[in-house]
Amino acid sequence: MALSCVLEPALSGFNFENSTRNNVLENGSEEGKIKAPKPMKTGTTIAGVVYKDGVVLGADTRATSDEVVADKMCAKIHYIAPNIYCCGAGTAADTEKTTDMLSSNLTIFSLNSGRNPRVVMAVNILQDMLFRYRGMIGANLILGGVDCTGSHLYTVGPYGSMDKVPYLAMGSGNLAAMGILEDRFKVNMDLEEAKALVSDAIHAGIMSDLGSGNNIDLCVITKEGVDYIRPHRESPYNYKRQAKYKYKPGTTPVLSKTVTQLELELVHETVQKMETGSS
Amino acid sequence: MISSQAYGDNGKMKEYHYSGPVEHKFSPYAFNGGTVLAVAGEDFALVASDTRLSEGYSIHSRDSPKCYKLTDTTVIGCSGFHGDCLTLTKIIEARLKMYKHSNNKSMTSGAIAAMLSTILYGRRFFPYYVYNIIGGLDEEGRGAVYSFDPVGSYQRDSYKAGGSASAMLQPLLDNQIGFKNMENVEQLPLTLEKAVQLVKDVFISAAERDVYTGDALKICIITKEGIREELVPLRKD
Repeated sequence: MALSCVLEPALSGFNFENSTRNNVLENGSEEGKIKAPKPMKTGTTIAGVVYKDGVVLGADTRATSDEVVADKMCAKIHYIAPNIYCCGAGTAADTEKTTDMLSSNLTIFSLNSGRNPRVVMAVNILQDMLFRYRGMIGANLILGGVDCTGSHLYTVGPYGSMDKVPYLAMGSGNLAAMGILEDRFKVNMDLEEAKALVSDAIHAGIMSDLGSGNNIDLCVITKEGVDYIRPHRESPYNYKRQAKYKYKPGTTPVLSKTVTQLELELVHETVQKMETGSS
Repeated sequence: MISSQAYGDNGKMKEYHYSGPVEHKFSPYAFNGGTVLAVAGEDFALVASDTRLSEGYSIHSRDSPKCYKLTDTTVIGCSGFHGDCLTLTKIIEARLKMYKHSNNKSMTSGAIAAMLSTILYGRRFFPYYVYNIIGGLDEEGRGAVYSFDPVGSYQRDSYKAGGSASAMLQPLLDNQIGFKNMENVEQLPLTLEKAVQLVKDVFISAAERDVYTGDALKICIITKEGIREELVPLRKD
């Protein structure tokens, strides 16, 4: 007897089955135009700087969904490898999944070859994947890391463009952050100077850009290891509400109550003794 | 480097030839953000607004309050397109002067509301992109709030929020001032101190979650003694 439905294995890549339907819904008849739900973007300020002993990456922590703040403490600095971290701006889901996939790929490579991954490998894999998806993955990434060849900072755009730079800012607050970086960047800075520079650059983005805000995260990567400082600088704006807005039990009116008993049948009973410490 | 504009919607490169006259869209409106709130009590009225003026993701000014004093007993809050807010308040002020010279008395809150409705409907087919809320004292000295839509429909309320964070503030006011969706709660009349503290708390919450609201909060308190102003700082990020 044939099955009435057949389970199809999931095809790889993007599924465009709904695009005709979405088109009809969006541009449909005059009365019935329906807008598609917008994906959450990070509306961000991210920055990175190469200093004497390694790389400092920084990011703000606000995620916006149009004009509403969706997440006040979101983590935008993602782990790729023990020596490589990546800041992501653009569509939040895209940056999360892309960096997760990259991280998995590099872990498999490490296990296969017994070597630490190099930053240039991560960049090549990312660039290849984003170019293949023709810009449909909205991820603007800043990759930074230290490997056997030195400290590197790269940027990868959503269409697959790549650039190797000593200092960089991305996201909607990048103009303000770039102003600070262009003013105070020097080659071979020391750690405190580099951290202050990145922190001030992100702070400029937070104050001038409505899509960035809340706290500042920093990530310092050196040959010895990684220092993920979350948060490096907390937002100084913690205005507390003056009154308490608590509701006593019984405030919500209960209109009606229906109790349905679950019919349970005791089939089989076993008792398993737990071994406690006191014996 | 080939930019994204060279690619059409189907992913192929756009062909470079003259395709006839192209209509470029110019929008006469801009959205400058901002939130306004008005509350009416037994013998007072409050009009509060944030002071941030923004456009897109940038901030134009951190010190641009949206409450405008009209008479000794009436304040109007206007949010939306700043150009239209400025013009509309200029027109209202001119009309107030004309009324005062013809009738030898100041306009009452109710009269200003009715006049504003006519002014807004006069531009029915190219509206003022402004969300107005008038707060003041009526002839008997009781608090009055009149809320408008961009083309002049208005009604008298006891509290109303308008502007970008209005959807976040209005339900909270419905609950705390209107005692909606609650049972077994003592319905005390609203005092001035409680109203001011509620407005401050509500704006602190709006500034957390709405990107267009922040910087500072200006509260105009209207009583029979006159109009008093209070400035409270809000988030600047």
